[in-house]
Amino acid sequence: MAEDIGTSPDEVQFRFREDEIVDHGTVTVDACCDQTNATAVRIEPGDDARLLLPFLDRLALVEINFPAFNDGRGYSAARILREAGYTGELRAVGDVGVDQLSHMRRCGFDSFAPDKRLDEEDAARAFATWANVYQRAADARRTIADKRHEA
Amino acid sequence: MYKYDLYDQAMVDARVAEFRDQARRRLEGKLTEDQFKPLRLMNGLYLQLHAYMLRVAIPYGTLDSRQLEMLADIAERYDRGYGHFTTRQNIQYNWIRLEDAADILADLAKVEMHAIQTSGNCIRNISSDHFAGAAADEVVDPRPYAELMRQWSSFHPEFTYLPRKFKIAVIASDKDRAAMRLHDIGVRIVKRANDSGGEVGAQFYAGGGMGRTPMIAPLIRDFVPIEHFITYAEACLRVYNRYGRRDNKYKARIKILVHELGAAEYTRQVEEEFAHLLSVGVEPPREELARIAAHFADPAFIDGPKTVDRSDPDFALWVDRNTHRHKHDAYVSAVISLKPAGGIPGDATAEQMRVVARLAKQYSFDELRVMHTQNLLLPHVRIADLHAVWSALDAAGLAAPNMDTIEDIIACPGLDYCSLANARSIPLAQRISERFAETGRTEVVGELKLKISGCINACGHHHAGHIGILGVDKKGVENYQLSLGGSEAEDVSLAKITGPGFDEDGVIAAVEKVTDVYLASRAEGERFLDTYRRIGMEPFKEALYG
Ligand code: HEM
Ligand code: SF4
Repeated sequence: MAEDIGTSPDEVQFRFREDEIVDHGTVTVDACCDQTNATAVRIEPGDDARLLLPFLDRLALVEINFPAFNDGRGYSAARILREAGYTGELRAVGDVGVDQLSHMRRCGFDSFAPDKRLDEEDAARAFATWANVYQRAADARRTIADKRHEA
Repeated sequence: MYKYDLYDQAMVDARVAEFRDQARRRLEGKLTEDQFKPLRLMNGLYLQLHAYMLRVAIPYGTLDSRQLEMLADIAERYDRGYGHFTTRQNIQYNWIRLEDAADILADLAKVEMHAIQTSGNCIRNISSDHFAGAAADEVVDPRPYAELMRQWSSFHPEFTYLPRKFKIAVIASDKDRAAMRLHDIGVRIVKRANDSGGEVGAQFYAGGGMGRTPMIAPLIRDFVPIEHFITYAEACLRVYNRYGRRDNKYKARIKILVHELGAAEYTRQVEEEFAHLLSVGVEPPREELARIAAHFADPAFIDGPKTVDRSDPDFALWVDRNTHRHKHDAYVSAVISLKPAGGIPGDATAEQMRVVARLAKQYSFDELRVMHTQNLLLPHVRIADLHAVWSALDAAGLAAPNMDTIEDIIACPGLDYCSLANARSIPLAQRISERFAETGRTEVVGELKLKISGCINACGHHHAGHIGILGVDKKGVENYQLSLGGSEAEDVSLAKITGPGFDEDGVIAAVEKVTDVYLASRAEGERFLDTYRRIGMEPFKEALYG
């Protein structure tokens, strides 16, 4: 069994899911591809999220690590997983700040375990930043253009 | 031109509120400067040598008189009474206080303007042909496509922390007046023949740029059907976001990725991602482009005289130099030079902005443009009104007849403002334009694009100058490297260094010598650049160092 490299449920500060939080061992992408029974995996910025596509059915938790908030590769990784139909928990971990929350939410993250706990009020305001959005993304929100052209 | 609806306005208002909140958290110590920096940068706020600098977006360089008047008010209220127009069709204020920044953004929002994504590692303001909607040679007006991209790229959730900044230009003519192939992505809107009289699509070029490693963007797709335009752009950006280098900020631009992978491999990856994204469905509904395009319908042009009275030679010279052929033959586009001999390239006072705003309202269907050459433009002037326009400009010191001449210098802020500079750019530009104006050489030499950067970052486009000047630091002494043969236009090329550098006086003399060689060698009808391309570097070297 590979070493658990993930966050624990009590490190999760925000979660937008109803299901039971998983507390399984989290493994690296390499380990996940080699090992048929892992249900939780952590993606580092340099990992190719598409390597996980064959295993999405068995995964219940994907953590995407942001060692530095300004390394934006994790946003693409998140959308790629959602576009491939992944419906399990997608957790942003690491250097996650208030000002990243609204974009992360749009890219499909539904749980957040920031290194440093965030001010609840600031975070609530951040999650609500955009009443409307311009682009289609993983959250499937109707865009401004969609609304403009509604019959 | 494009007008915000309630949605667009709400997005900008939300951004102002968000920035106010971020500034508050910074002041309360909840954000460190390191955390605040990328946030203020996404709102165009830089910290410079002496003060904060605010860069305001002018999407595809188009604005109306109300907006220019607000820019004038801001220059007076919060700066020192002037603003600086930039090579990416934006305006910068150099003397801003952090405490005022949110109020300025709120003022801008009142006239449908903002500073969103004018800096930071995100998709920057989209630039375009300054003659868009007016030029006789355009296939279509490129601005609706640029506006579609503006909306797509504003607050894009996936592309807010790219490896590096990302600049896009959109044009729609064989002529390139936007340095399109020196952008991270360059788009040319084209038409290809089909049964119903022509199908519109987009050519994509990727991986151009200036900076320390200048590159000309290769063509990666010669026709993207317009109904997949945004999807293709998204694919280009996703491949870059995932694989652009993040280990070294000097190698982080897309040009390095395209160069290291090779254009063919980058293209292959984009095509794969494109095919995938088509199945996901990220394209805005088709009607959106039509809705935007309706905002850019031609104004009600009327017939009129097609020639001017040339009896005043000053006026006649200005007409010859500073007007451009319009798609309606009773109109021209009139360039308002912000390059008076001895002046600071691109600077305009609040008073001058108000004069230009008034002229736009009276004579150009309330429309104005900012040119990448750091000038302003009245896109639709009746030939019958030209004399009145010229007289008003002349009275305001705005009628220098020098478009595309050696006085029409592009210069970066350089050591007068910029913390990265090795050398001064502005005083050098001032001295060169003064010198050529005094000796009467400007007209003799004709088209000659001179571009000056104060350091290797190349904000002054020196790589693309017919003559380029680069400030380098030589043991603490300002030193200037001269290069020849660049072009940012459809005949794009990168300039080559002549040899050892010069001090300030020396480089001015060198520019004169180089023009001597040109005048002595030019064949009938040749521009400086043409002569250089025909005779090569040697004769110039000989004159400079021989
Ligand atoms: C005064 C503050 C400024 C600073 C600190 C600054 C900084 C930089 C830096 C670091 C680069 C190189 C980026 C890279 O190669 O990745 C760059 C490029 C550039 N900047 Fe500036 N800049 C400033 C002002 C301006 C102004 C006023 C303009 C417009 C007139 C401008 C236009 C450009 C352009 C066109 C490039 C080249 C883009 C490319 O590399 O493809 N910059 N700037
Ligand atoms: S070229 Fe260098 S000196 Fe000039 S503005 Fe850019 S960073 Fe500053």
